[in-house]
Amino acid sequence: MKILAFAEQRENEFKKSAFEVVRAAKTIAEQGGGEVLALVIGNCVAAIAPILGGFGAARVIVAEDPKLATYSTTAYAKIVSEVAKKEGVTHVFLPASSLGKDLAPRVAVRLEAGLASDCTALTVDGGEVIASRPVYAGKAITDVKVTSAVKVFSLRPNVFSAGSSNGTKAPVETSTVPLSDADFASRVVNVSKSEGRLDVTEADIVVSGGRGLKGPENFKMIEELASALGAAVGASRAVVDAGWRPHDEQVGQTGKTVSPTLYIAVAISGAIQHLAGISSSKYIVAVNKDKDAPIFQVADYGIVGDAFEIVPALTQEVKRVTG
Amino acid sequence: MKLVVCINHVPDTETKVKIGPDGKSIDRTGVNFILNPYDEFAIEECLRLREKNGGEVVAVSLGGDSHKETLRKALAMGVDKAVLLKDEAPRDSFSVAQALADFIRGVSPDLIFLGKQSVDSDDAAVGMMVAEMLGLPSVSVAVKMEVDGKTITAEREIEGGHEKVECSIPAVITAQKGLNEPRYPSLKGIMAAKSKPIEEVQPTPAQPKVDVVAMKKPPAKSAGKIVGADVSAVPELVRLLREEAKVI
Repeated sequence: MKILAFAEQRENEFKKSAFEVVRAAKTIAEQGGGEVLALVIGNCVAAIAPILGGFGAARVIVAEDPKLATYSTTAYAKIVSEVAKKEGVTHVFLPASSLGKDLAPRVAVRLEAGLASDCTALTVDGGEVIASRPVYAGKAITDVKVTSAVKVFSLRPNVFSAGSSNGTKAPVETSTVPLSDADFASRVVNVSKSEGRLDVTEADIVVSGGRGLKGPENFKMIEELASALGAAVGASRAVVDAGWRPHDEQVGQTGKTVSPTLYIAVAISGAIQHLAGISSSKYIVAVNKDKDAPIFQVADYGIVGDAFEIVPALTQEVKRVTG
Repeated sequence: MKLVVCINHVPDTETKVKIGPDGKSIDRTGVNFILNPYDEFAIEECLRLREKNGGEVVAVSLGGDSHKETLRKALAMGVDKAVLLKDEAPRDSFSVAQALADFIRGVSPDLIFLGKQSVDSDDAAVGMMVAEMLGLPSVSVAVKMEVDGKTITAEREIEGGHEKVECSIPAVITAQKGLNEPRYPSLKGIMAAKSKPIEEVQPTPAQPKVDVVAMKKPPAKSAGKIVGADVSAVPELVRLLREEAKVI
């Protein structure tokens, strides 16, 4: 077993998922007998690469080019698959992030490999990796086995534990995969970031608001609670469809599936699509006026009451105890 | 402009999933199937491009006869031609993409659209696999796009922001909610769709590379603790989150 772990970076900083993917690869490699090779793609990324050793990478390969500073689906796919072939890896692990979900299918095709995407658990059974992956937005879970010679897995961010680094620095080598202009057939020409906003798929805590908030202006108190908790703001489908909040905040089956440590649902009754999308949250808190709201069926803690009174009080109390 | 849109027939998002007798798939009894929600945005974008540039939109779906229902919806929305790649064998993303790519090769479209994912298996993989198999550039999870001559500029969603991507035609685009506002089929469209032919094509046989070993329900969550019914419960809730759950 030889696993290639793709470590995602943005602006020369590793995403948390990079450590999660390397660590998960190391855990599997230990059970299956084998080693982990990490791959970092970007511009001038060699300097950050060695720390992946602390999470289990025996070696790190870096592919560097000014043109790789931003993502290119075509160029990245070529590099990952060529490195995988050259190194003779048996498994490729990537994050199921927006970049990884775009990249993994192309890598799978280039390696004639099966892809298990958005995995939430991995185990080894008789030398074979069994991946658990949610389907129907989490209403069911499938256990799958990849049967091709090379196997590709993408791992849902925020689910696998990265653990802490043991401080080992891994040796770094430079990729020899040649790139031409044709390899940049799709290229990112601009990245715009929503300043100071956390993404619901990456945040440890998510505070979501629903239709019970009565209007977009009342999301201010959701934002304040989120800010006090260092949380991302989410929204139910109803409020996104009503135009109160942007699409990228929608949580649920036709929005984003989230896996935070703490999910706080404010004035969200809990439609089946929403409950599916939050089912892999560790703790769920519900604040709702209606004691019969379905959200209370899945909430670990609930307050049956008026969000307009409870949320500001909650923000104050959080500030008091954490401040 | 020649456009192909790949569409899927999936359980309604309202569905309460039950595991079927084989223990590997869902029980389809009584389940209402719909056009995959993200595919509506893909169809709409094709129709808008055709209205602007002229040309033809071909909708294609891989599956059994039941997929005709979804192809009829696409016809009712306004696509010109519907093709069923008739095959009910279980497939993974790779073998779905293979069948679609092999079909698309024979059509040579300028643009290929798909929804960003099917809300059944949630792989979000078929679109980019089709692009790779056809050797085409792509933009996945597009929320905005413009075509200027042979150049496409599109925006895709990333964590906490957007990426602007450039590529040339032909290309594969996967549609995310927000790309447009899909139209409702008109009554006239629905009536006309009933009599339009749906071409049946034998697709490349399934050769899946991923086997489903088992399907199960996620561990059931039991209802938790109601901490209180007004503001006075807030300190206790925060205490529980800090001391019991240890999450803040």
